Amino acid sequence: MKANGTVFKYGDNVDTDVIIPARYLNSSDPKELATHCMEDIDKDFVKKVQKGDIIVAEKNFGCGSSREHAPLAIKAAGVSCVIAETFARIFYRNAINIGLPIIECPEASKGIEAGDEVEVDFDTGVITDKTKGTTFQGQAFPEFMQKIIKAEGLVNYINSQQK
Amino acid sequence: MGMTMTQKILAAHAGLDKVEAGQLIEADLDLVLGNDITSPVAIHEMDKMTVDTVFDKDKVALVMDHFIPNKDIKSAEHCKCVREFACRHEITNYFDVGEMGIEHALLPEKGLTVAGDAIIGADSHTCTYGALGAFSTGVGSTDMAAGMATGKAWFKVPSAIKINIVGKPSKWVSGKDVILHLIGMIGVDGALYKSLEFVGEGIKNLSMDDRFTIANMAIEAGAKNGIFPVDELTEAYMKEHSSRPYKAYEADADAVYDEEYTIDLSTLKSTISFPHLPSNTRTMDQITEDVVIDQAVIGSCTNGRIDDLRCAAKILEGRKVKKGVRCIVIPATQKIYLQAMEEGLLKIFIEAGAVVSTPTCGPCLGGYMGILAAGERCISTTNRNFVGRMGHVDSEVYLASPAVAAASAVTGKISVPEELGL
Repeated sequence: MKANGTVFKYGDNVDTDVIIPARYLNSSDPKELATHCMEDIDKDFVKKVQKGDIIVAEKNFGCGSSREHAPLAIKAAGVSCVIAETFARIFYRNAINIGLPIIECPEASKGIEAGDEVEVDFDTGVITDKTKGTTFQGQAFPEFMQKIIKAEGLVNYINSQQK
Repeated sequence: MGMTMTQKILAAHAGLDKVEAGQLIEADLDLVLGNDITSPVAIHEMDKMTVDTVFDKDKVALVMDHFIPNKDIKSAEHCKCVREFACRHEITNYFDVGEMGIEHALLPEKGLTVAGDAIIGADSHTCTYGALGAFSTGVGSTDMAAGMATGKAWFKVPSAIKINIVGKPSKWVSGKDVILHLIGMIGVDGALYKSLEFVGEGIKNLSMDDRFTIANMAIEAGAKNGIFPVDELTEAYMKEHSSRPYKAYEADADAVYDEEYTIDLSTLKSTISFPHLPSNTRTMDQITEDVVIDQAVIGSCTNGRIDDLRCAAKILEGRKVKKGVRCIVIPATQKIYLQAMEEGLLKIFIEAGAVVSTPTCGPCLGGYMGILAAGERCISTTNRNFVGRMGHVDSEVYLASPAVAAASAVTGKISVPEELGL
C-alpha cells in the first residue's frame, strides 16, 4: 500500500485545537469537520488540499486534546498520510484506530518541503521525495498495529477477532 | 530490573508477573469514561461492533460536561445520543444536568476511581486519577468504544521519568505552579509516551487537590500518565469518597527511570504560561511589562476544586474585580458548588463582581461561557493556551494558579497576590 501526494508542511507541536477547533466539535460528522481542518493554523489548507495529499510536520504532532475528530478531519479532508518527527501519543492511537496512516521519520520531517511530491510505502516505511529525488527510511508499524491497520481500524479488528 | 509504579499496575491488569518498557500488553479496565464530545463518536463506533452491550454497566462512566447545559442544537443532539445510549444499556454512572460535574473532578468525588485502578477515558485529562495512585490515561473515541465493549485496552508499557518532590511551598504557591514549572522545565513533549512518577518527602505538603491539578496536566508534558504514591492523605480521601477496595502499589527500589528531576517546593514561585504553549512559563519577576487582561477564568478540571475556590476567595474577599475585566468562576461539581455556597465563597465572588457558573468545561476549550474576541487576553486556571483555544485565533490565554488569576482579576493585569499586600 502506498500514498502519493503533495506536501503541506508544518512545524512543532501542531495541536488538536488548530487541527479542528473546539467550536466545531458540536458536530461529529467527518465531512463537516473536514471543512474546518487546520483552519486556525492554515486558512488555505481546506481550499488547496487534494485527495492523496500528505502532511509533513515536526515534533509532537497532534498534541493536546484526545478528540478523535482531529484525525477524522484530516482523513476526511483527503490526506493520505501524516509524516512527523514524533506524534503525541493519543493522536498516534487515534490515527491507527480510525485507519489514518501516520509515520515517524525525523529525517523526512526535516528534508521534505512544502509543495514537494512525496510517495510513502507503508509496507517498508520508505518515504520518497520525488521532487528532490531523496529517500528516507521511516519507522514501519509494529506487527501488532499492522493487524489493526490491515483490518482498517480497531473496530473491524475486534469484530474479526470475535468471529 | 524492577518495575515502576505504573508498570506494576499494568502488569497486574494484564495478568502478568512482570512487564517492561516497550512491551505491548492487553490490560483489564476498571473504568471506561467518556463525555458529551467524545462519547457520540464512540457510540457510533460501538454500534458497528458485533457486541450487544457494554462489558459492565457499572464500569462505564458517561459525563455530560463540555457543552452542557446544551449550548446549541447540535450539542443537544450529542447529549441526546449519549442519554439514549445510557438508558438503553442501563449505564449506572451516567451524569447529566443536575448531577454532572467536570468529569475529572466528579469521578474521584463519586468514589469511582481508587488507587491501583486501570482507567481509560476519552478525554486527554483522564490522567488526573494518577493523584490517587491509579493508572489512568486519555484515549480517543474508538479506544473508548473498544473499552466499553470488551473491558480491555492495549498499551505499550511506558518507561518513566521520576520527579522527586522536596520541601514545602510558600503561601500562594500551589499544585498549578508545580506542574507549570515542570512543563516549563521539560517541555510539552518532555515526557512523550512516558509516565511521570512523583515521589519524595515534599508530597506530604501537597493537598489532594494540589495532586489532582499536577496529575491532570501530565498530558501537557506529553505524558501517558502521571502518578503519585498512596499516603495517609490519599487513604483518607478514598475512605471519605469511596466504598471500593483499593490497592496501593509502590515502585520497586531498583526500578529504572529514563530521567530524574528534583523540584524543591520551597523555591517555587507563582508561575504563568504565556501564549501559545503551556511550556512557555515565566515567574512574575521575569515579566517586565504589564500584561493587561480582559478576562479571568477560575475553574476547569485542572483548578475548579474547593481548595482552588477557597484560595481565589481569600484574594477576592473585600476586593473588586477591576472594571473592564470579566471574572468567571466555575465550581467543578455540584458538590463543590454547594460547599462553596455553604462556606460563603459564592457571596464573596458575587460581591467582588465575578460571575459564578454551573459546572462546565465551557470556556477552557472555547466552547461557550467566556469566549474571547480578537485581541483579547485571558488569565485562566485552565490547562491549555494554544492558538484559538478559548475563542478567536488572535486572542491570548495565560495559564496560572487560582491565586494569580484572582489577583489579576483585581488589578486588571497579570499579578501575584503579594502585589495586593497578601
